[in-house]
Amino acid sequence: MIRYLIFLLAALLPFEAFAISAEDVMKKSQAAFLYQGKDFKARVMMKLISKSGQERIREMTMLRKNYGETGGDQKFFMYFFQPADVKDMTFMVYKYPAKDDDRWLFVPAINMVRRIAAQDKTSSFVGSDFTYEDVSGRDIQDDTHALVKEEKLAGKDCYVIKSTPKAGDVDYSYKLSWVDKGSFLPLKEEYYDKKGELSRAFSADEVKDIKGFPTITKRTMKNLQSGHRTEVTYTKTDYNAGIEDSLFSERYLKQPPKKWIE
Amino acid sequence: MTIIQDSRFKIQKFKRNFFVVWVLSSVLFFLFSSYTAASDVSLHGFVQGNYSFSSRASNPDDGDFKWAEERVQLRLDAAKEPLRLFIKTDAFYDHIDEKAQIELREGYIDYIEKKWDLRAGRQIITWGVGDLIFINDVFPKDYEAFFSGRPMEYMKKGVDGVKIGAYPAFASFEFIAIPIFEPNNYPNAKRFYMFDPMPNVTNREEKDPPSNLENTEFAFRAYRDVAGFDASVYLYRGFYRKPYMIPDDINSTTKITYHYPKLSVYGASLQGRALDGVLSFEAGYYDSRQDRSGTDYTVPNSQTKFLIGYQRQLWEDFTVGLQYYNEYMHEYSDYVKNQPSGLPKDRKLYQLITVRLTQFLMHQDLRLGFFSFYSTSDGDYMLNPEIKYNFSDHVWAAVGANIFGGGESWSQFGQLDKNDNVYLQLRYEF
Repeated sequence: MIRYLIFLLAALLPFEAFAISAEDVMKKSQAAFLYQGKDFKARVMMKLISKSGQERIREMTMLRKNYGETGGDQKFFMYFFQPADVKDMTFMVYKYPAKDDDRWLFVPAINMVRRIAAQDKTSSFVGSDFTYEDVSGRDIQDDTHALVKEEKLAGKDCYVIKSTPKAGDVDYSYKLSWVDKGSFLPLKEEYYDKKGELSRAFSADEVKDIKGFPTITKRTMKNLQSGHRTEVTYTKTDYNAGIEDSLFSERYLKQPPKKWIE
Repeated sequence: MTIIQDSRFKIQKFKRNFFVVWVLSSVLFFLFSSYTAASDVSLHGFVQGNYSFSSRASNPDDGDFKWAEERVQLRLDAAKEPLRLFIKTDAFYDHIDEKAQIELREGYIDYIEKKWDLRAGRQIITWGVGDLIFINDVFPKDYEAFFSGRPMEYMKKGVDGVKIGAYPAFASFEFIAIPIFEPNNYPNAKRFYMFDPMPNVTNREEKDPPSNLENTEFAFRAYRDVAGFDASVYLYRGFYRKPYMIPDDINSTTKITYHYPKLSVYGASLQGRALDGVLSFEAGYYDSRQDRSGTDYTVPNSQTKFLIGYQRQLWEDFTVGLQYYNEYMHEYSDYVKNQPSGLPKDRKLYQLITVRLTQFLMHQDLRLGFFSFYSTSDGDYMLNPEIKYNFSDHVWAAVGANIFGGGESWSQFGQLDKNDNVYLQLRYEF
């Protein structure tokens, strides 16, 4: 009997080994989307576009450094160029998995560094259609993930994953992600509200190879209910630039080093 | 909290001679530009209109505006490692006094090394974790700007001095030396009604501490992370920035001299994430060095000041901030015994609560703000609702009100009762 069972398990094993679980897809996607390289740098241009076509600009340099494995701690440093009333402001985030982030804002007009209180999950990032969580990532364990189907999107084979939040901590009921089987980058995401209607849609509009890392250099988040959208372009993108730990400090928030923010 | 009391005096303000700083900066800038054409230079600034209408009563001099001016600010930033030059200059036309003026808001040179840096010149320094409550922020403030509905940045004044930062691995340090004393600025008596215990005495004089080595102010801050909290300790040796009166004869005063007594402050602060928000603590001991016994009524008594604050986001783009603050006066019985009968008496324990509410709307183009002070010990208050709208990436306007009342005719906000105002700030930034 036991020998028979072992044989049965051995026969099943190859199937298990080749299939990838939905959670693994999302873990790989997180690694490709938010954790590539030891560090990362980009000049970020955000266009906030209203339904009527009115545009607002947010321009910043974003620096990110990983501490530990994928899904582990990260530090972010942002320096704002535009709009004019936030010029020279800097913003720093220490991101931790499974607990709230630490955030600091520097206001140059009064030379003041302050902690700021904000909830990741529902806060808009600088007024855009992205939330903080969209920018810095959501913990894999916060959702249950299921493989819905596999299909081609713009010529790329994709896994389509449905992620359902375990707690009602966000304003959507589930999210569908089209994850590229090759790069594991999310090429498209759809957020459905509590009524099951499509509320927000993300698309990766341009993917470039930067130092061997496939990177989304153009992306759009559209709010389908308000008609407002945010288009983001990354330029001056770089990985493994050697960002020092000391950058993520009050000293450099007040006096951001030119070599990093340009 | 040192806002205003008995500060209604008509003295020619001693104008700091920033000419030296200005000339020095200009010369250095030209040296700098010839030194390298490749240095990184940027020029930014704004054009602003700022008007504040007295909504409750005409001013003491019958004017209707607390503030009415147009202003241009230019910010020049030039950097070539390891040096950086920064100049922030304002030119404005004041419609109330009908005068045009140039003001050097900041002007300094940075020298930046890996483990330390130095900043010399006029600079704004902000310390402590309070929201409009200052314990260890011993640097000069402009309360006239604050009560007149000017943009918040005008509440801070620069100091002329040198700051050295040192950044070894275990902690960070700031050492500041200020050779030229700069007092707080209080509202102009022509524009604001304020308590004056001796309104009939017109002969008044202000005595600044003379600039010499002995009077140079020193400030020190050490800070680092302690268990996820930002922890700082502060030391200061200098002067009160609020003027205290010395009558020539308390029983029949003919002349009042205002002076800035010697002060040392020892304090600490903590700020970090807790209870789904941000929690802040700050405390300081104000050592009134000229009156430790508390018997001299022309010099304030020593005090212990304490602050606890909590800030939290309740829903999308809505944040609430709460603070409780108190001031405990030492040697209180000596103070009571020696305070002349004609002068109001401060309480042994002064208590203050603040509430700040902020809601952003329309992709953060619209901000609804509310800030209030309420003293539970004095019963007086200040309310400041404000709406700010960004018309574009370059143009914004803010409309708000400052409303004062409650308490006594001499208490912090109570004395400002008749000074309610509605203000407009309109700015084009480039």
